[in-house]
Amino acid sequence: MTLEAAAGGTVATRVQSRSPSVGEPVGGNCHGPGGPIAGKVRPISIASMPFLRKLLAKLSFASTLALALLLASCASEDGGLQSQKIDLIKGRGKLICGVDGKLPGFSFLGSDGAYSGLDVDVCKAVAASLLGDSAKVDYRDLNSSERFAALASGEVDLLSRNTTATLTRDAAGGNGLSFAPTTFYDGQGVMVAAGSGVKSLQDLAGKPICVESGTTTELNLADRMRELKATYTPLKFQTGDQTYAAYLQGRCLAVTSDRSQLAAKRTSFPDPSVHLLLDEVLSKEPLTPATTNADPVWSDAVRWSVYALMQAEELGITKANVAAKLAQAQANPNQADLRRFLGVEGDFGKTLGLPADFVVKAIAAVGNYGEIFDRNVGPGSKLKLDRGLNRQWSQGGLIYSPPFR
Amino acid sequence: MGPKPRLTPASLRKELFATPLDGLVTVLLVTGLAAAGSRLLHWALAQADWAVIQANSTLFAVGRYPIEQQWRLWLLVALLAAAAGLSWGVLRSRPLPDRPITALWPGNDRLATGILVLLASWAPAALGLTLSIQSRWWALTGLLVLVRWLAGRYGSRLGKTATLALPLVWPLLYLVGMVLIGGGLGLVTVGANEWGGLLLTLVEASFAILLSAPLGVLLALGRRSSLPLLRWGSIVYIEFIRGAPLITLLFLGQNILGFLLPGGMAPDRIWRAAWILTFFSAAYLAEAVRSGLAAVPRGQLEAARSLGLSLPQALAQVVLPQALRIALPATVGQFISLLQDTTLLSLIGLLDLLGTARSVMANPLFLGKSSEVYLTLAVLFWCCCAALGLGSRALERRLNPPSLGR
Repeated sequence: MTLEAAAGGTVATRVQSRSPSVGEPVGGNCHGPGGPIAGKVRPISIASMPFLRKLLAKLSFASTLALALLLASCASEDGGLQSQKIDLIKGRGKLICGVDGKLPGFSFLGSDGAYSGLDVDVCKAVAASLLGDSAKVDYRDLNSSERFAALASGEVDLLSRNTTATLTRDAAGGNGLSFAPTTFYDGQGVMVAAGSGVKSLQDLAGKPICVESGTTTELNLADRMRELKATYTPLKFQTGDQTYAAYLQGRCLAVTSDRSQLAAKRTSFPDPSVHLLLDEVLSKEPLTPATTNADPVWSDAVRWSVYALMQAEELGITKANVAAKLAQAQANPNQADLRRFLGVEGDFGKTLGLPADFVVKAIAAVGNYGEIFDRNVGPGSKLKLDRGLNRQWSQGGLIYSPPFR
Repeated sequence: MGPKPRLTPASLRKELFATPLDGLVTVLLVTGLAAAGSRLLHWALAQADWAVIQANSTLFAVGRYPIEQQWRLWLLVALLAAAAGLSWGVLRSRPLPDRPITALWPGNDRLATGILVLLASWAPAALGLTLSIQSRWWALTGLLVLVRWLAGRYGSRLGKTATLALPLVWPLLYLVGMVLIGGGLGLVTVGANEWGGLLLTLVEASFAILLSAPLGVLLALGRRSSLPLLRWGSIVYIEFIRGAPLITLLFLGQNILGFLLPGGMAPDRIWRAAWILTFFSAAYLAEAVRSGLAAVPRGQLEAARSLGLSLPQALAQVVLPQALRIALPATVGQFISLLQDTTLLSLIGLLDLLGTARSVMANPLFLGKSSEVYLTLAVLFWCCCAALGLGSRALERRLNPPSLGR
């Protein structure tokens, strides 16, 4: 009942501008007393038969009760939102965030015992949005096989664990996830030694390529080389360490894995500068934070907390200048867009079930998307990844926040 | 069983160079070992970069345990050191069946103390710890040696009851330790999620060891019981657990329990894993104990019953003491492998010693430093397992009367 009521709450706020459709099932929406529910239990014409009248009396009592309950759940805090998950997180005072914990640049333990990385910063941003404090996060290290179970069972509120968004994971008949905006567009890449003369995949025809066995990486490579009608010798290894050791020993001409991981590994090579990533990308790996389908209010809150980071970069709002921008917005009533974005006016926060200043809190905690990228995997880190597809849309990338309005 | 052969140049020569072939094998082996050893030493001293261990030593030791609460762990280590010194000293102050005269500092103890003191003066400095933390390690070692000396000197004056009660210090200390680690009773709670590193490994292993021992004995008795339901129940349990790999059971525990029990009801991931380890280890222990039970002649039980002891009395006072003594080496073997099995916890996302290490190795500052980390881990595990092994051998020596041989 509570879950349905919570879902009902969202529908109610979303369908405000839509005319109520007749014949929707009882309990699924909140249309108010004049809606189809009240209309259904008023068939006066057959009230002459005593048996039917009794039944109808019972029915109308039951439906009135159900209606009252629904209305009560819809109408709390003058039309505010109800989300079990958000209430739970607020009550707990901590966001529980599932991370990998062992992925360079994305999530790892620093020497002081603090988590950092791009995935971790997403957790921090969401915690800052909802709870006002980016430190209020409990991290759970999840491996790839238990991540979805942990999310589905409610053990973690948010999964920010370099998870590729796919159809089966998104579908209600599959893993039933609700994906937030992609925070890192990765893809399978190929690394070669600079002096090898290899410029493209085609040049690798007939050459040995190192690959980790039993991974999708291996399959993608095989598919792509078959498309190119290029034969090659795959050298398969059980672990990443073995794969890169073989590559460094010169047993193969190239090594393939996700581009971000190749770049991370390269930093540990004796001379990183003599190894190049080929421009070709063998697969699409949009790494995306996820929540469950079960609580759309919470999913929306996460989605727009992440979009806020991207929008902030587009607007040039950074961790350093967010306070100044806020003061500027507060002082100048003409900057309506900025005022709404930063929560000075309008009710974006309330619409999402978040505090009005959620954008300010998130950016003050972790900075905008560009800052997060640079600090964790870009020029500010040892990984030194190129922004590539992760540039803003205005610079030819895929990072694109829908308008905040 | 004859006396142990003494190591002399003559005996060495006889052992290693008896025939030309023996000599050749010896020379080849020694050369190989020396070459490998010198290369390892060269790597460790000249090539390895130990900053990854120095910078993360706290992480390896206790994981993400909050720094302002770490005094509780220091207190626990101090209590452990005192308890270890006490037990050690009191044991030494008792005459053994085959060693009637006790010495305050036998040769073995002098060696062990020397190693401890050397370790305390070298390791904290090598780890680059601050002077205040270094001095804490010195104080702890001093405490251990001091209590060892006091107990060895005056332990023989303890009464019989005090001596019998002495082993109870350890379970008591375990309870105190759990309160110190986890909080409660007026201490700030530190969630299990924040335990990590060696701390988590030891908590999980000791929890499983302590609980699986009685469970294993019960299962072993159940398997030999004449009540069919009990017998078949025990057999099914033991064979089911022994038929499934530990990692499968761990995954089962992590994934299924979360679904079966509503969110928040299921025990924390760390305790789920601890219980799975316990149940797993109990099945293997049951088999070890069963082998001990099988080795006790049937006449022992019959004799005890005919003396008028009830079945529980006969089991507890006649059969089990003998069976457990026989099963002790196998039991300790199981405990040691249990300690090593805790590394599997890193695969289910817990930050045990190995999990912490893998997370540290993902830090871009320390990428590619896996050899240093794994070598350190191996040494740490070796130390823990060696301590377990030494303890068990000391126990065996005291439990087995010389007439039974060793």
